[in-house]
Amino acid sequence: MKSLEELAKIREKAAKEMNIRNETHGYRIVVGMATCGITAGARPVLNTLVEEVQKRNLTDVKVTQVGCMGECALEPIVEVYSPDGARTTYCLVHPEEAKRIIEEHIIGGKIIEEFTMEYYHRKQAK
Amino acid sequence: MAIRAQVVVCGGTSCRSSNSVKIKEEFDRVLKEIGIDKEILVFQSGCFGLCEKGPVVVIYPDETFYGHMTVADVEPLCREHLLKGRVYDKKVYKEKNKDDIAKIKLFHEMNFYAKQERIVLRNCGIIDPTNIEEYIGREGYEALGKVLTKMTPTEVIDEVSASGLAGRGGGGFPTGKKWFFAAKNKGKHYVICNADEGDPGAFMNRSVMEGDPHAIIEAMEIAGYAIGSDQGYIYIRAEYPLAVETLENAIKQAYEYGLLGKNIFGTGFNFDLELRLGAGAFVCGEETALLASIEGQRGMPRNKPPFPANKGLWQIPTIINNVGTFANITQIIRNGATWFSNIGDETAKGTKVFALGGKINNTGLVEVPIGTTLRTIIYDIGGGIPNGKKFKAVQTGGPSGGCLTEKDLDMPINYKNLIARGTMMGSGAMIVMDEDNCMVDVARFFLEFTVDESCGKCTPCREGTKRMLEMLNKICAGKGTMEDLTELKELALTIKDSALCGLGQTAPNPVLSTMANFYDEYVAHVTDQSCPAGVCKALIHYSITDKCIGCGKCARNCPVGAISGKIKEKHVIDTAICIKCGTCKTACPVGAIVTK
Repeated sequence: MKSLEELAKIREKAAKEMNIRNETHGYRIVVGMATCGITAGARPVLNTLVEEVQKRNLTDVKVTQVGCMGECALEPIVEVYSPDGARTTYCLVHPEEAKRIIEEHIIGGKIIEEFTMEYYHRKQAK
Repeated sequence: MAIRAQVVVCGGTSCRSSNSVKIKEEFDRVLKEIGIDKEILVFQSGCFGLCEKGPVVVIYPDETFYGHMTVADVEPLCREHLLKGRVYDKKVYKEKNKDDIAKIKLFHEMNFYAKQERIVLRNCGIIDPTNIEEYIGREGYEALGKVLTKMTPTEVIDEVSASGLAGRGGGGFPTGKKWFFAAKNKGKHYVICNADEGDPGAFMNRSVMEGDPHAIIEAMEIAGYAIGSDQGYIYIRAEYPLAVETLENAIKQAYEYGLLGKNIFGTGFNFDLELRLGAGAFVCGEETALLASIEGQRGMPRNKPPFPANKGLWQIPTIINNVGTFANITQIIRNGATWFSNIGDETAKGTKVFALGGKINNTGLVEVPIGTTLRTIIYDIGGGIPNGKKFKAVQTGGPSGGCLTEKDLDMPINYKNLIARGTMMGSGAMIVMDEDNCMVDVARFFLEFTVDESCGKCTPCREGTKRMLEMLNKICAGKGTMEDLTELKELALTIKDSALCGLGQTAPNPVLSTMANFYDEYVAHVTDQSCPAGVCKALIHYSITDKCIGCGKCARNCPVGAISGKIKEKHVIDTAICIKCGTCKTACPVGAIVTK
């Protein structure tokens, strides 16, 4: 080790890899991963979300999986909990939508209305 | 593929001894079989502290804590939790108290962890101790960088002094002062880490070395810079094979990364570090005996002064600090003395790690600010006494300390209060005892230990402790007299005053302290020839009460055939044949067998 800069470089790389172990206080993204979710393609969605979060260095965002969300026909379902506890439920999410959720909702702070389950049900009712 | 979850399997000695290495391997195998091994990282960390629940597995990012894991649990856990996202209910940690019983708490919100403040144990259970980069990822070696590039040696000593850090090996001598005395001397110096943790029930140093070895290495380098030393030794007992292996690997990595050796950070500072293995003699934890042992001589203490800070290893000025002391240094440098001195109470600063053992629900390691009450440690964090039994006493300071009782439960735990109660902080072992422990027997246990471990150099310790043990044996056998009690106390006080080193001076403490707090138990052994707790074999008799349902289980289990009786009638024990093994008491389904 010849300099502090060299140390800082190693630290940055290692901290990124270890970030998953930190307590986070920002957005929490949850993917339904029961049998229904997995068959509908939830795994690539989960992987995309994790990859995007890491790629963009969103250290205060947590991506986790849960079991069945209850609306199996609308899987893959992704829920976003904002730091104040508000919940947004997105349905029929695929990797492309997942990328947009990260970009527009998590980074931009704007809910993507047309992906939400509420919007889907409203449309169906019409 | 990006890592989406991490599985941390505890790799501390305690969890390893219940198969955690196999559990880790099983995770590797199952994840590969399911096909998710590329997105999930599995590794072994150091000790999590909640050894009672071992083997422990924690899964991130969910922060789910699983306890009492077995190899057979791994596959269903992977399929449930890591594949389908459902908590594996069978082994997930749940609190025992009524309010929380239905909740599954996050790892850091569990009652055991929430009330702790982790400075010394900050990386234990979090990082992979075999990977130096994980330590660096948690700000590792930044304190060393700061010291070497921005501080003078005097500033480092001033900072450590201002923090109020005191020796965590038990004595509580101000660390900054020790460094200052050594630095005053010109010429070569040595830095030694005392890792000869030897008292029964203590394992906090071991866990730090196994879980966060670089914190010790970095702190020793900082000490080296402060006092002007380029050579350090870690004196560790060979009985800690995993800690030795972890440290050896860490030292090797530190050399590879240029964080040990020549010209560190290009500042011209050099530091070399080596391990010295001890054979496990308790007396070698005493600093002058430790020096003798490193020098290759028989581990025996010598008179002080001269203190090691002036004449230490090979007569060269040396500082010797405990693992627990060194483990605070990097954080003091990084966060500043003021931050550290705001933790603790008015008598002492910082935190202390305690090893909870004995009759307590949550056996393990806890770190709390100095000044925390015993009640918080034993009931809130430790989870109280198992099986609804009553708390009786807690032994602090191991064989050099004494006991605290129910009336001390709300006393803040600090060096001063413990000394005032006739015990000491010691290395931090806390052995909890309930109503089934005989205090005379406890005192005898600790004295047996010091008699074994006495090095034999000075007469008070070599002969005196042996005579004390003989008296205690006599009392436990029901053959003691009231004169013995007087003599026992007198001899204890004499040894305390006249022994050469800390081992001898503190060896009588368990006896003096149990006599002060539980004198009536001693008297009962002598005058009534009875052991109130029902422990001392010579003084107890087994008998069967009217509760007996005549099932015959006791008679079938008795190894010497001392129990007779007809089925469905009350049985009797022939006390002439009975060997008091207690098998019948364990076997009885209705609790009809009692000891008196």
